[in-house]
Amino acid sequence: MSDLFTVPVILGIIYSGLRLATPYLYAAIGEAFAQNSGVYNLGVDGIMLMGAFSGFFVGMRTGNLWLGLLAAAGVGMLMGLLMALVSVTLKAEQGISGIGLYMFGLGLSSLLFKKTMSGVESISGFQPVRIPLLGNIPYLGDVLFNHNLLVYGAFLLVPLASFVLYRTPFGLMIRAVGQNPQAADTLGINVDLIRYITVTLGGTLAGIAGASLSISLINLFQENMTSGMGFIAIALVYFGSWRPLGILGGALLFSFVNALQLWLQVLGVNFPYDFAVMLPYAMTILALAISVRRAAMPDALGKPFERGEF
Amino acid sequence: MPQRSEIKRTLNQVFEAILPLLAVPVALVIGALILLLLRANPGVAFAALVQGAVGSTFSVTQTLVKATPLLLVGLGITIAFRGGVINIGGEGQIIVGALSATALALSLNQAPGWLLLPLCLIVGTLSGAVWGAVPGVLKARLGVNEILSTIMMNAIALQLSNYLLRGPMIDPAEIEAGTRIAQSALLPRQAWLPRLVPQTLLHAGSILALVMAILVYIFLWRTTIGYRIRAVGLNPRAARYAGIPVPIYQALAIILGGAFAGLAGAVEVMGVQRRMLEGLSGGYGFSGIVAALFGNLHPLGTIPASVLFGGLLVGADKLQRAVQVPSAFVDTLMGLIVLFVVSSRIWAVRRARRRETYE
Repeated sequence: MSDLFTVPVILGIIYSGLRLATPYLYAAIGEAFAQNSGVYNLGVDGIMLMGAFSGFFVGMRTGNLWLGLLAAAGVGMLMGLLMALVSVTLKAEQGISGIGLYMFGLGLSSLLFKKTMSGVESISGFQPVRIPLLGNIPYLGDVLFNHNLLVYGAFLLVPLASFVLYRTPFGLMIRAVGQNPQAADTLGINVDLIRYITVTLGGTLAGIAGASLSISLINLFQENMTSGMGFIAIALVYFGSWRPLGILGGALLFSFVNALQLWLQVLGVNFPYDFAVMLPYAMTILALAISVRRAAMPDALGKPFERGEF
Repeated sequence: MPQRSEIKRTLNQVFEAILPLLAVPVALVIGALILLLLRANPGVAFAALVQGAVGSTFSVTQTLVKATPLLLVGLGITIAFRGGVINIGGEGQIIVGALSATALALSLNQAPGWLLLPLCLIVGTLSGAVWGAVPGVLKARLGVNEILSTIMMNAIALQLSNYLLRGPMIDPAEIEAGTRIAQSALLPRQAWLPRLVPQTLLHAGSILALVMAILVYIFLWRTTIGYRIRAVGLNPRAARYAGIPVPIYQALAIILGGAFAGLAGAVEVMGVQRRMLEGLSGGYGFSGIVAALFGNLHPLGTIPASVLFGGLLVGADKLQRAVQVPSAFVDTLMGLIVLFVVSSRIWAVRRARRRETYE
C-alpha cells in the first residue's frame, strides 16, 4: 500500500485520471445540451459504440485519424438526428426509445466489427502534444500539458458549453425550451427546431466520445467496449445539476476513482478485481441518490411538446 | 346510439392492438437494406432465419426454449411499464436469480425434489425482487431515475457473477482439470426441471411461464393492487388525488418486474443449462423489453411476441451459418423494432385525441 503514495504514482494517477475523463466529458456535455432543451437521450452508449467503431475503422483503413474522428462525429450526428426524429417529431416515450437506440448501436457496432475485422486489432492513436512553455513546468507539465488533442478538446468544451448555455441568446432559447416550451413557443421560438439542434449536437459529441476511446485512449475496438460509460455520462448530467462545470466535477471524480482502481491493479494491491470494476457503477447509484436536486432539473425534461396543450 | 360507439371502441382497440405489427414490415425493409450493405442476399438470409426458427421439430422446441425467459422477463417488464416505471434491470435480475437458485440447489443437494424444486424457484424469484427493490426504493424515496439505476445494477450483478463463478462458486472439477472455465458445478438431479419432449431442451418452465402470463393478466385487470399499478402508470397525478400512494406502487412495479426476471434466471438454470455459467442472461433482459412492447404491454399479447422473438434468436444462429451474417444482426433489428413500436404510438394517441374532440 505504501507504494501508492510515491510521487510518480500520484502523478500517474492524475495523468490517467485526466485522460479517462475525456469520453465522459464529451458524452455528458452533449447530453447536457439535449437535456437542457427538455429531451433526454438514453441512447448515448449506443452512439458511443458506433462512434468508437467508425472512428477506429475509418482511421485504420485510411491511416488518417482525423478522418476517423470526422466519421465518428458524422455517425453520431446521424444517430442523434434519428433520436430527434423519434422523440421530437414522433413524440415517442423518451426512456424506451433511448433504450431502442442503445440496442441498435450495440447490435450494429458488433455486427460491423465481426463482419469487417478478423479480431481485435490495435491502432496507433492520437499522440500527446506538449504545450510550449507550460509543458516544461517540472512535474505539472508532464501531467497537465502533455496530452493528445482530444483530451485538450474535452476540457476546452466545458467553458465553451458553459458560455453557450448561459451567455448567448441561443443558450437562453435552449433553456427556455427545456423549462417552459409553451411559453417559449408563444415568444416565437421554434421549440422543435431547438430540440433537433441540441439532440443532434448531443449525438455528435457522443460519437466523438466513442472515438476518444477507440483512437485516443485505448486504441482498439472491442464489442461493447464502453460497458455502460454512456449511461454513467447521463448520470453525470444529473450529478452536475445540468451545468457543464458540475459535469466537469463529476467526470473528474469518476475518472480519478477509475484511475486509482487501475493503478491498484498495476501495483498488485490485493483486492478482488471484480469488485474494483464494480466501483464506478455502485458510485453512480450513490451519486444519483445524493444529487437529487429537483429544482435544477429542466421542468419539461422527458415531455414531448404539443402545441396548444396546457 | 350505444351500439355504434361500442363497435367503434372495439375497432379502436383492435387498431391499437395491431399497431405494433406495423413495425415488422418497416424493420424487415431496413433489415434487408443492412443485409444488402453487408453483401448478403436478403431473400436467402430471411429464408435461413425462418428455417432456423421453425424448420424442424428440434428448432421449434428451441424457439420455445428461448421464448420462455423472454415471456417471463416480458411479464415483469409489462407490470413495470404499466406502472409507469421503466425497468432496464432484467439482465442483472436474471443473473442474481440464477446465482441464488444455483447456490441453494448446490448446498441442499440431499433435499428431495418436491422441496428443492419449488424452493429454488422461489429463492430465484425473491433475489430478483431484491435486486429490483434497490432501484425501486431509491425511486420511491429519493426520486432516483430508475432507468439509470437499473442499468448500474446490471453491471454490478455481472461483476458479482464473474467473481463468484471464478472464485467461491467455481465447479471443483474445473479446478481439478486445470481448465478453470467460469461455471458452477452441475445442479443435483432433483433440482432439474423435467423435460417435456425427449431429445430436446424443452422443459416444464415453459408451462410455468404460460401459467404466469395468465396470472399476471388476472393480477393487472382483476385485482385492486393491479388496478392501482395501472392507474399510477396511466396518470400519476389523478392516482394521487384518488388517494393512491404513487411512489409505493411505482416501487412495487419495479420489484415485481425484478421478481419475474429472477424467476426467469432460476428457470434458465434449472431447465436448460443445469448449472450457472457466464453469459446465462443472454441479453434476455433487453429482448424481453422488445417482446413486452411488441405484445402491447399485455400479458397475453406477450405470449405470441415471445415466441416470435424466441424464433428470431434461434434463427439468428442459422443466419450466421447460411450467409455469414453475424447474429448481432438480430440485436440490431430488435433495437430498430423498439424504436418503431414506440414511435408508432403517436398515431394511437392522435386518434384518441380526435375522438375526444369530436365526442
